[in-house]
Amino acid sequence: MAEAQGGRSLVVDAVTHRYPSGALAVENINLDIKGGEIIALLGPSGCGKTTLLRIIAGFIAQTQGRIIIGDDIVDALPPNKRAVGIVFQNYALFPHLSISENVAYGLAARGIHKATRQREAQRLLELVQLPAMAERLPRQLSGGQQQRVALARALAIKPSILLLDEPFAALDKNLRLDMQIEVKRLQRVSGITTLIVTHDQEEALSMADRVAVLSHGKLEQFGSPSDVYDRPQTLFVNTFVGSTNRMPGVVVSADRTAAKVRLDAGSEIIARPAGGTLSEGGRVTVCIRPEHLQFVGDETGFAGVVGMSLPLGATVVHEVTTADGSGVKVSQARIGETRALENGAAVRLAPLAPSLATPFPQRFRSSPEGSST
Amino acid sequence: MGAAPASRDVTSYGMGLAAPLALFFLLFFVAPLLQLLWLSLHNDTAGLHWGLGQYLHFLTDPFSLGVLGSTLLLGAEVTAVCLVLGFPIAWLYQRVGPKLQTIIILIVLLPLLTSVVVRTFAWIVILGRQGIINATLQSLGVIDTPLKLLYTQFGVVIALAQVQMPLMTLPLITALGRIDPNLDDASCSLGAGSWRTFFRIVLPLSLPGVIAGCTLTYAAAITAFITQSLVGGGQMLFMPMYLYQQASTLQNWPFAAAISIIFLLAVLAVVSVFTTLGRMSRGYGGA
Ligand SMILES: Nc1ncnc2c1ncn2[C@@H]1O[C@H](COP(=O)(O)OP(=O)(O)OP(=O)(O)O)[C@@H](O)[C@H]1O
Ligand SMILES: [Mg+2]
Repeated sequence: MAEAQGGRSLVVDAVTHRYPSGALAVENINLDIKGGEIIALLGPSGCGKTTLLRIIAGFIAQTQGRIIIGDDIVDALPPNKRAVGIVFQNYALFPHLSISENVAYGLAARGIHKATRQREAQRLLELVQLPAMAERLPRQLSGGQQQRVALARALAIKPSILLLDEPFAALDKNLRLDMQIEVKRLQRVSGITTLIVTHDQEEALSMADRVAVLSHGKLEQFGSPSDVYDRPQTLFVNTFVGSTNRMPGVVVSADRTAAKVRLDAGSEIIARPAGGTLSEGGRVTVCIRPEHLQFVGDETGFAGVVGMSLPLGATVVHEVTTADGSGVKVSQARIGETRALENGAAVRLAPLAPSLATPFPQRFRSSPEGSST
Repeated sequence: MGAAPASRDVTSYGMGLAAPLALFFLLFFVAPLLQLLWLSLHNDTAGLHWGLGQYLHFLTDPFSLGVLGSTLLLGAEVTAVCLVLGFPIAWLYQRVGPKLQTIIILIVLLPLLTSVVVRTFAWIVILGRQGIINATLQSLGVIDTPLKLLYTQFGVVIALAQVQMPLMTLPLITALGRIDPNLDDASCSLGAGSWRTFFRIVLPLSLPGVIAGCTLTYAAAITAFITQSLVGGGQMLFMPMYLYQQASTLQNWPFAAAISIIFLLAVLAVVSVFTTLGRMSRGYGGA
């Protein structure tokens, strides 16, 4: 197949962008993306995802840094010379052109003969499973169909990089799942290096080979989905990706691989630092995911009182109030007969393993919520 | 009202409310128009003999047909000038910051904020033999003898274009503002240069605005009695002045009425061509 050309690599080299208004939207971002990879740019609203995407596409000239596609530094190239395909959040199909004219638009711009153009458009429409829609206008299509057309249009120019800005945000849940699978399939077939912007962590984790987590214009972590989920490098990543309990405490003793932390909730636990050594006596926030907490019968772990229990299908989530008055969520798989926990029951909780409790020094106060402090 | 049967059309409620305006139109628009028609169907000034004589006279008289022709041509010229100058202004408006936008809007609207007579006399001052343009060109040594600008077709077109500019620019600004800016970026990322983007995307999508602007400008330009006569002087005769002469000076009311009706039909024909084009281009909307 013609597309199986192997995508080109993309390097975002120390890119910083400040808008004329003074807003620092992107700060010293470094991404090294291999040809054919599918990357998710994940981050909360306003963290600079669209800005970074527009810099790569060439719509914005970054204030500092370089964009390298394959072996070429493309900073001097206008968007129409970069061969970067882009799918906009609102699809941005040309409303006055038919579906096949939309798909063939990029080919016409390249001066390709009409008959060839139409054949190619038809082939792409078959690829996105819309062969019968060629003569319709965009507004005669559903949202999901328009999305497919936008994808076909971007693929038609055989881009070396494909950029998708929150491509599925406007779709309902089922359709979104379909399209995620579809995009992943097309990406596999074409081998085009793909960058997907999203603020949906499930989407990022399920679709991408690697996930770049952004916060306030800075790159927090860039790694495989399991890296990001299981070994978050910062408190922000730990809280933004998946859900987590944040338990404040003080470091009693620490080396590179383990730290003994006295939790404010009472009791000491062993936790594994994400990187670097923690200073003894320093305050930390220990992150433990709800599914990594267990009820223990002995005197290990910390004490709490069971509040509400929410049966959520395959799991049950218990809310436990600890000695210092903060709430902790515990998620239990519902296997066979789970022990029913009564409201007000006194329990003790401990992480499943030390590696599943991660302490972060508290001086880095970056978190999705109280951020601007 | 609330108990009205469900089958009743919603729009029928509105009919009663439209009555005052309908009455107004009936009294001050339809009635005079019918009177005009009635008047035009008389062969003599006294209004005693019925017939199509006035119309036959107009349509067989080369002079009258010439006046009609030059009036319609004038409209086309003014519309063309407004479109060519107004489009870049509207395009610019959509691409500058809010401060400049205010300034552009002010400049565009300025002609509407001054009286027609004042504006027209200003043009006489600018275009006259000893006017600003000639004085400047002469002092710069570009020309020896003053150019004839006033009382020429050129002068009339320029003066009318300035006066009618808002009628073209405002619909264009609206139409261009409704185009999704992502379409520009999409076109560009697909490899199109700015010219292709303009002719394949921006222009077709702004067509409803172009047509609305042309219709308004055209209709306003050919009927602009004051500017036409003052800047045109006695040298050029256009339909509004022609029918004024027939009615006021020569007291030939039936012929003036026939001129009015013919002029009205000619304008309607041109406007309906525009609206038909507009309806065809509306398919582009809904972006
Ligand atoms: N044209 C602009 N001029 C000035 N500041 C801007 C502009 N566009 C974006 N910003 C600012 O830059 C920051 C990053 O914006 P950006 O659109 O890249 O965020 P995002 O991550 O795409 O957010 P979202 O998920 O809401 O789309 C924001 O603080 C925003 O206010
Ligand atoms: Mg965005």
